[in-house]
Amino acid sequence: MKRAVVLTAATAAVAAAPLVVGTYYVLLMLPFMAYAVVLLGLNLLFGYTGLVSFGHALFVGIGAYTGAFITSRTTIRSLEVILLAAAALGALAAAPVGAICVRHVKIYFGMLTLAFGMVFYTFLLKFYRLTGGDEGMPVLRPFLLGRDLGATAKIDYLAGPYYYYSLGVLVLAAAVMWRIVHSPFGLCLRTIRDNPLKAETLGVSAIRYRWWAFVISAVYAAVGGALLGPPTGNVDPTLAYWTHSGNIVFMTLLGGFAHFFGPVLGALVFIYLQDFVMSVVPYWRLVFGAVLAAVVIFAPGGLMGLLVRRGRAAGA
Amino acid sequence: MILRAEGVRKVYGGFCALDGVSLDVREGEFLSIIGPNGAGKSTLVNLLTGVLRPTEGTVRFKDRDIAGIGPVALARLGLARSFQLVQVFPDLTVLETLQAAVVSRLGRGLRLFASLRGDREVQAGALEVAELFGLADRRDALARHLSQGDKKLLDVASAFALRPEVILLDEPTSGVSTADKTAVMEILVAAGRRIGLRAIVQVEHDMDIVFGYSDRIVALHQGRVLADGPPAAIRADERVLDMVIGRRGAG
Repeated sequence: MKRAVVLTAATAAVAAAPLVVGTYYVLLMLPFMAYAVVLLGLNLLFGYTGLVSFGHALFVGIGAYTGAFITSRTTIRSLEVILLAAAALGALAAAPVGAICVRHVKIYFGMLTLAFGMVFYTFLLKFYRLTGGDEGMPVLRPFLLGRDLGATAKIDYLAGPYYYYSLGVLVLAAAVMWRIVHSPFGLCLRTIRDNPLKAETLGVSAIRYRWWAFVISAVYAAVGGALLGPPTGNVDPTLAYWTHSGNIVFMTLLGGFAHFFGPVLGALVFIYLQDFVMSVVPYWRLVFGAVLAAVVIFAPGGLMGLLVRRGRAAGA
Repeated sequence: MILRAEGVRKVYGGFCALDGVSLDVREGEFLSIIGPNGAGKSTLVNLLTGVLRPTEGTVRFKDRDIAGIGPVALARLGLARSFQLVQVFPDLTVLETLQAAVVSRLGRGLRLFASLRGDREVQAGALEVAELFGLADRRDALARHLSQGDKKLLDVASAFALRPEVILLDEPTSGVSTADKTAVMEILVAAGRRIGLRAIVQVEHDMDIVFGYSDRIVALHQGRVLADGPPAAIRADERVLDMVIGRRGAG
């Protein structure tokens, strides 16, 4: 009940933000919402299955480039079509990559995902005719729910219809993921995370379930990646670079992978903290490195872990 | 015969852990495997549960060759096991652990969008096993917070929740206090009857438990079957007394 109230209030606050917050900060919410979708998926793998992927930028890149390719190389502008195509291509790429990666765990899984991510990054960089190389590809303004909003000023488009569209996708993605983690499938994933040997003796195939989790997380990453393109109007290979995968893992740790909404909170704090730190010091990665170290040492449960602990202490 | 090992030999490098072992598990029996350390009990358990492939010989469950088929396929065939070293899911509650077993038994693990809480069959199945094993009052406790004895009980209970036809228990009372051992065994036997188990196979060191509950005992020594028979015959076997049980253990 308490959780439902907090969630409703948080969603209402995000929905009301364009009415009360300056445009600059409203626009920062767009990457937050896109990353939140990515992280909901990543955490199915990380928090619920116990596998840390250092290559998920691969799927973010697939989603982003799907949007760019469709809008700049075809006459299709529908964002619904783009999101569906991104999800399908994310799943298509994840199926064979996952089949190889999920046979390994811990650092071997992490390194394999990193390797596949770098292969895709190199593909984006070198196949210039198809991908635009290091310059990337333009993302033309997509239609939302069949409406061509080309006549609307870009800022108004992004801070208005696109903002609420992204919020809608995030709420839908969160609702679907909530259902997944509270399903029999979600329970089986947690058994594999906790004790794969025991899970297998209960008839739960670790490889099979890890593969499903991997594919679902890739679909989420691709959908989130597709949402990243329109605000900037351009996508480039850095979206698939390994440091981007690192940022995604950082957001998850920052928010707390043990909680369903932890990574979402991590994305929000990351985006605004990054913006603030970059405006103050040029070496923002230095500050973020220190923050990451502090989180791992002093708050391994992330910000959500701290909030939950404080909430429990206050209620006791 | 439900489960049969025939002429099984297992060699690790140059070391022969099992040498020509044959073993039948019959309908309705409680079979105990005993032997000193290094006798080959663990290897035999791993062969009987499809974890290892024999170097020579065959292992058949319900007339099907199960050599090396792995735990997942074996659980689906109806052979469950518990481990000597307790195996639980530390961050799952007692009820969630049993639900996972019931979900697996019902083949509902890939229901991505179904509500676990709303699945009455899974909920009822898990609760029934929790009550059977006296764990219902701790149903919401995380497994890592249970006592060692309760962890062992949960490990075994989750195997029972699969409703297997045959269950193989590797030292089911290890880690359980001496005072509670009999109670645990009574629970196991009662649970076996309730779910209609066709046979129970256990590896056990506690001779009071072995002689108190077994219909038949197989004694292993240095990778071979030393004796195979009812408890009275095993108790009277001089070689078993000297090499496996010891004179005091037989008393």
